[in-house]
Formats: sequence, C-alpha cells, structure tokens
Amino acid sequence: MIKVTIDNILIEVDEGTTILNAARKIGGKVVPPAMCYYSKLKGSGGKCRTCLVKVSHSSTKDPRPMPKLVASCSTPVQDGMVVENLTSPEVIDARKGIVEFLLLNHPLDCPVCDQAGECDLQDLSFGFGMEETATEEQRREFPMTDIGDKIKLHMNRCILCYRCVYVADQLTDQRLHGILYRGDVSEIGTFIQNAITNDFSGNVIDVCPVGALTDKTFRFKSRVWFLKPMNVHRECSKCSGKVTAWMFGNEIYRITGRKDQYGELEEYICNECRFEKKALTDWVIEGPRHIKRQSVISANHYERMKMQSIIKPIEGLMESQE
Amino acid sequence: MMNLTNRSKVVSNKQMTFWERIYIPAILGGMRITFGHLFRRKTTVQYPEVTREFSEIYRGKHVLKRDDDGRERCTACGLCAVACPAEAITMISAERKPGEEHLYREEKYASVYEINMLRCIFCGDCEDACPKEAIFLTREMVRSEYARGKFIFGKAELVEPFDPAKRIDISKRQTPEVLEFKKNRSYKHNR
Repeated sequence: MIKVTIDNILIEVDEGTTILNAARKIGGKVVPPAMCYYSKLKGSGGKCRTCLVKVSHSSTKDPRPMPKLVASCSTPVQDGMVVENLTSPEVIDARKGIVEFLLLNHPLDCPVCDQAGECDLQDLSFGFGMEETATEEQRREFPMTDIGDKIKLHMNRCILCYRCVYVADQLTDQRLHGILYRGDVSEIGTFIQNAITNDFSGNVIDVCPVGALTDKTFRFKSRVWFLKPMNVHRECSKCSGKVTAWMFGNEIYRITGRKDQYGELEEYICNECRFEKKALTDWVIEGPRHIKRQSVISANHYERMKMQSIIKPIEGLMESQE
Repeated sequence: MMNLTNRSKVVSNKQMTFWERIYIPAILGGMRITFGHLFRRKTTVQYPEVTREFSEIYRGKHVLKRDDDGRERCTACGLCAVACPAEAITMISAERKPGEEHLYREEKYASVYEINMLRCIFCGDCEDACPKEAIFLTREMVRSEYARGKFIFGKAELVEPFDPAKRIDISKRQTPEVLEFKKNRSYKHNR
C-alpha cells in the first residue's frame, strides 16, 4: 500500500494504481474527467488528455515536481505523490484548451444529436469550455455511414477516443472495424462497409462518449430527457439481461446498458436485448434509475414509480370537449 | 384572536334609527356612486372593434420561424419543452429525407409540434431556450374558442407562412447583441 495525496486528500492505494483510479477511490469532485479512459477496457486511455493533472511532488524519494502535466489515466502513483487536480489553476487552464481541441472537429449539432443530454463532451465543455474558439477553419466533414443495420456512425462527431475499437477487440471474437488513415484525417471505419454482426457489437454505442455511434432504432425518436430510465431485466441466454429501459409512458423507446457514476457500463449487454426487445412484456421492471440532480434528464422526473391507473378515462367525456 | 388588519369591524346587534330603517338615504347614497361613474372616463374598450395599444415586445401567440430560404428552423431539439414551466409543449421529431432540403434546415425536424395554449403562461422561456431562433412570441393574441381541443395549436397554426411578404417580423424581440451576432456570417449558426 502506498500513500498519495490528491487535492489535499490522503488515500492509501495498491501499487500500480493509476492516479485516476486512486482519485476514483476518493470519489466526488476530485475525480478528473475522462473521455477516452474506460476502466473495463484494457489499454484504453492516454488519448484525449482530458484527465491531465499536476504532480507537484513526484514521490518521497524524488520530491521534484513532474515537469509537465501528466495524463492521470495512464500514470501510476508513487509513494508520497502529491497530485493537484481542481486546486491547480494550471490544470483548469489546460483542460479548457483540451476542450477546445476536442471541439476543433466536433460539430455543434447538439440540437440534432441523439446523445445530447447524456454526452460526456457536452458535460465537459459545459464545465470547462470557453464560449469562443480561436480557430476559423472548417470542421472536417464525412458522409454518414451505417455500421450494420442497427448502428449509425457520424464520423463528424467522433473524437477518436478508440473506446469502440477496444470493445470490438476485447469483447467480440472478430473485430471488423478500426481506425483508418492517420493523424488528423483518421476515422473510424469498417473495411468496405463490413457489417458488424457480433452479438455484442451494440455496446460500442454505450461506450462512445459522444454521439458518433448511435442506435438506429432510437434515431430521432425522442430526446433523452423526455424519457424515464428504468432498471429492467429479463432472462437472456447471451448476457446478464440487466439493462436500462428508456420509457415514455408505457412504451420502451430504447434499451441501453446500466451505466455507473462515471458513465461506464456495469455489464455489457447483447444485441438481442438492446435492439429487439422493445415490448414491455419482454421485461421485468425493477424500478426507476437514480438520476444525478445535475443532469438534464432529471428535469420533471421523480424517483418514485407511479403505477398506471387501472381506471379507464371516460371516453365520451373527453370527446365532447374536442 | 390577533387581527390581521386594522380594517375589521365588530358586528353589533344595535337597533337601527328611523332614518336608517327607511333606507332612502342609503339608497340615494348608493345611486350617487352608481350614476357618478357614468360621467367618468371609460376604463374598458369596445374589443374587438377597438384594441388597446400593445407593447412592441408583447408576448402573445407563438410563431415557428422559417429562415431566409423558407426552410423551417425548428429541429425538434426539445429544449423549449424542457424549459417550459407549464409543460405546454410537445413534439415528435422526424428525419429529413433526401429531396426535402428546401423544407427543413437541418437533418431532423419536428413532424408534430404542439403547444397547449391553455397551459401556456406566455413567459417566453421557450424563446430563450431555443438554440436555433425558431420559436418566438408575437404580438398576436390567442383567439378564444368554445372547445378545449382547439387550443392545442399544431404546426398549421404556429409555422409562419412561406410567402416572404407574410413573414412575421420578430426583430423587435431580439436584443442588439443578438442582431449584431447574426451579422457575423462566419458562424455556422448564421449560414
């Protein structure tokens, strides 16, 4: 066990833990935001630079500060390390710049995008972003593509976090998509529009921090804050069957995996649960999900489940008012 | 019991005097007040022949604006509905098909957009929330109806006419800062 101090909070963690995971053990505002790191995907992280922190005291052996801000998702802690996240104005300033970089090619089409309301980049730019950008150049534009018949890829919105690539690599037996080209022209693609047919391919939608990969069965159906997320489950031979159903009245609009407080999936779910089971009779309802008060999804939502009335409205009474 | 105001009067069972019993002075006093009002300036107007002067930024019936090319600006983002304190706005969005580019500005549009005018409190929050400058409150009033169903205004009532001459001018409702911002064509918002 080694001791680290993050934002003046002392914690003991195992050797080899990254700064980000040490901060997550403390929890709360100390945790640096992450766009590409995903604790359940091996090798993820180190790409978006959102989680930059300042190390003002490397270790007890070597008390010098680290020369540059470091990516907390890929830097292991050392004994006696002192990390500054929100307490350092330098970090806040750097994060502002990172948001600007991420938004260089990200279109501001949130009113159209299905991810709006649960988008990590939206939260990040709301928290750290600036109102203006220093660049005048055009954003890169791609034609919209379909990955299979259920997943839509908006390459315009992609921030190249590689999460979906890791999901395909680690979860499915055969990866059919990846990053094509290099540098600022690189893009997510399938070779000659190869369809991803694996049973768990739908999870790329949930791991995508932005709206680049979206559910075609939910495309433009509703906005997430009009829907009620419910914990539901069913017997499934392929996955655990524990999912979140996004409901509007008695209708299920879409199914996603259950996400924890860092926006990461608790369990991966199969495509059958995600895309095909949209009837209420397929699922057993456990109850409403807890929504963070800060989230727009919490608008007009109540944690208590209200059962539908068994008394039918008198039809003639309503018609006379028309 | 403590009095809430100093205007309360204690009621008594005291016998009325002769003058009070014949009521004529009280009636005459009442008549004087009634007929006195005949010679005062009228506080009402003969609506709808006469209308009162409206403020330039009166908040009346909503309009869904078209852009300069006549395309609907609304993309059914739902921000007006979530901002609405009276929960008066509902919408269903749809995807723009190829060939409909002259009708809708963005790839998504509102196929159904309804405002329940009985719920609406005309606060103008929808206008503030709109990122696309699509919804505005106008100086037109919501007409009265005999049935509740007719107060649910759909796109037929809300979207402004395609004819450029009949468009509704809302420039008075926009602040100088907004008008200045709109001149800058380098923003995608204004293109």
